Amino acid sequence: MTSSVTDLVDDKPAAQGLPDQTGAQRAPVLTHVQGTPNATVPLHDISVEGLSKTFGDTAIFSDVNFRLLRGEAVALVGANGTGKSTLLRCLLGLIPASGGTVEVLGHRITGARARDLRHLRARTGLVAQKHNLVPRLSVLSNVIHGLLGAHSGPRFWSQSFAPPTARAAAMQALTQVGLAHLADRRADRLSGGQSQRVAIARALVANPQVLIADEPCASLDPAAGEEVMALFFKLVREQGVTVVFTSHHIDHALDYGDRVIGLAEGRLALDATAASLTSTDLRGLYD
Amino acid sequence: MTDTPVAAPSRFERPSVLTFLGYALGLIILVWAFQGAGFSLEKVMTSPPRFADFMSRAFPPNLEPKVLERLGWKMVETLQIAFAGAVMGVILSLPVALLAARGLIAGAWINGIVRNILGFIRAVPDIAWALVFVVAVGLGPFAGTLAIMIDTIGFCGRFFADDMEAVDKGPSEALTATGARRLDITACATLPASAPAFVSTALYALEKAVRSSTILGLVGAGGIGIELKVGFDLFDYPTAMTVILMIAVVVIAIEALSTWARKTIIGEQR
Repeated sequence: MTSSVTDLVDDKPAAQGLPDQTGAQRAPVLTHVQGTPNATVPLHDISVEGLSKTFGDTAIFSDVNFRLLRGEAVALVGANGTGKSTLLRCLLGLIPASGGTVEVLGHRITGARARDLRHLRARTGLVAQKHNLVPRLSVLSNVIHGLLGAHSGPRFWSQSFAPPTARAAAMQALTQVGLAHLADRRADRLSGGQSQRVAIARALVANPQVLIADEPCASLDPAAGEEVMALFFKLVREQGVTVVFTSHHIDHALDYGDRVIGLAEGRLALDATAASLTSTDLRGLYD
Repeated sequence: MTDTPVAAPSRFERPSVLTFLGYALGLIILVWAFQGAGFSLEKVMTSPPRFADFMSRAFPPNLEPKVLERLGWKMVETLQIAFAGAVMGVILSLPVALLAARGLIAGAWINGIVRNILGFIRAVPDIAWALVFVVAVGLGPFAGTLAIMIDTIGFCGRFFADDMEAVDKGPSEALTATGARRLDITACATLPASAPAFVSTALYALEKAVRSSTILGLVGAGGIGIELKVGFDLFDYPTAMTVILMIAVVVIAIEALSTWARKTIIGEQR
């Protein structure tokens, strides 16, 4: 059942409070549905119907349909220019769609007001290819910024003024990615792999229910890339986060995705479980 | 794959008719401007003897201790006007720039209004602002300080806004995706990323303020400029030359200091 995105104003316990310091995890969707029948809880964390995007006269993609169950990890694959990154940004409303609908956590993104989008985004996260940390600030401040969706104001602008609970939550997230010892280092003095791990900590610190990862290891060397992907998926699996990620590494799509969705020539060309696919099947998308 | 040789492109591109007409028009405008500016080759040719005559009457500069002391204090006042005006201007430029920068905290129509106001401030020369403030607050260094301040707001407000618009949008997008508000995004992503450019612009504004403050005295707005005017009015060219040399030394020193500060601050923090 789909509720209005406006309802989120009164329906965001995770966004209003700081992350659970006990490390409690959300239940996977199956347990949740069986154990706590609740008609308002959506079965799908993401629903995309008839989605299209054009820039001027150029159609990027059209009539894209898919749905993601809670806790599912879906790899979005396709050649350069097929609109993978654009599609990911449409899912969070960072780029407006040209047609169709997107629902995230049961709330419609397309056409939502800015205020309602902010409330919804407090329950989502984005890990980008270029990690996008604020270079001149400390690692700890960057991670605390991940809480800004739920806690606006100057106290969350810098670790120096942040409340103890926010500092503790950020340190816990840094511990999870193995970088607590670098909390006071400036972000521009980290290696590529370390930067991406900090970006993951920032995305996870607010305990998001949905994570979007746009080629999270594209800017890293193969060893660091493998390390980051393994860590990222270990954490999101532990926390039961629904993930959509893009990757040009066919192995990553098959190893870390439960399902693989492929874009080709502006259309959805593939939607299958990772277990049913081989690397040869995916290579066809790049021809 | 064939190995057919491909000719290298020509060294110079042949201009289109429109480009050629553009060049011709530019040349016509240049000739027209020289005519209007009263450019005279004859005057250029006959000026060296007059210039030499001035130099012979101005040298040696007046280095009497009493004169040097008086001019020294005027120079200190000039620097005080420049520093106070520039610092106030830079501080006030920040909120103005936030309103002028597109896509940050204010809507497009506010951006447009603020940018037009900044354009108007820049269009009016600092000496004209000094005349306005002399009328408003009376003769003296305070009028000069206000003139420098308003001139700095016009300069820094525009360039701070441009700096903020030009920063990498990645960190802003990452914070947008967390549900952060515009003000939070600006404070946490845009301002820290713009800080090196702000420092560079602010130091340049200080250099500009020092140069401007040396002539504000011409209209009674304080500083060493009044000594220059009096020197020329009384044909006391040695004293006027002392003023010119003092201004040159101070401006060059401030520029060197500013370059060093820019390297030290931005170089370390980049």
